[in-house]
Amino acid sequence: MVDKSVIGKTTPTCKMDVEKGHIRRFAQAIGDDNPLYYDEEYAKKSRYGGIIAPPTFPTVFGFEGERVLSGLDINYARLLHGEQEYEYLKPIMAGDTIRFSTKITDVDVKEGKGGAMDIIKTEMAGYNQHDEKVFVARSTVVIRR
Amino acid sequence: MTAAGPYFEDVNVADEISSLTKAPITEVQLVKYAGASGDFNPIHTVHHYAEKAGLGGVIAHGMLSMGFVGEHITKWMGETGTLKRLGVRFIAITRPGDVVTLTGRITGKSESDGEHLVQCELWAEKQDGTKTVTGTATVSLPSRV
Repeated sequence: MVDKSVIGKTTPTCKMDVEKGHIRRFAQAIGDDNPLYYDEEYAKKSRYGGIIAPPTFPTVFGFEGERVLSGLDINYARLLHGEQEYEYLKPIMAGDTIRFSTKITDVDVKEGKGGAMDIIKTEMAGYNQHDEKVFVARSTVVIRR
Repeated sequence: MTAAGPYFEDVNVADEISSLTKAPITEVQLVKYAGASGDFNPIHTVHHYAEKAGLGGVIAHGMLSMGFVGEHITKWMGETGTLKRLGVRFIAITRPGDVVTLTGRITGKSESDGEHLVQCELWAEKQDGTKTVTGTATVSLPSRV
């Protein structure tokens, strides 16, 4: 059971260097063969001017630094990802340093087929080394009680 | 040089987005995805843990499915398109051995601040026809005008 008092809880801002090898391994795990994620020469000649990260790469930031759900009374074996949304403002490039912070925006209880479930919504914003906002990520997780 | 995608004028509401069928999900792929994403929840990689959690074995990361959706929409829009927003809802579990097919449809067209935007609905299905993910995306396309 997660208490509503955690709404507004925000993680300390964290920084991560985006490495091209990390982008490559992330794209490989998905099986996405887009050369913009792998081929430096190709990517340099593209309109991006270098290797970019795939659309779901910001998920990495959620597992880096302090987790917004840490310290909450959650059984991770019963946690499922319900919804995920990204808004993209700028591409994430290999070599970028992204700073980010996550906030709990809502906590609720829903009656499901298998009983009550806790619903937690979070929002993360990411900025690059030029202080440009690059993405906003919104997640909904469901914890079966 | 670049893999050009469609122009705004070539796209019509109700058009289908050509589908993409992924190679069967493998356990090694889930290990790779865990490593690349940083999501080490053992329900995705450790059999006895997943069984104890009542899942009947390891299940794929929801974000891997969203990664497939991201691959699908970015392949369709090509390097001339820009992904502005991607949102999904996870509705069914996928497991090693499952074959996922991504499909989509154009639901709207609009112009805003000089950008030519296309709205799409997207979904992923398993080999038995079960929908695993539904989603929506907004893509900016080049215009001939």
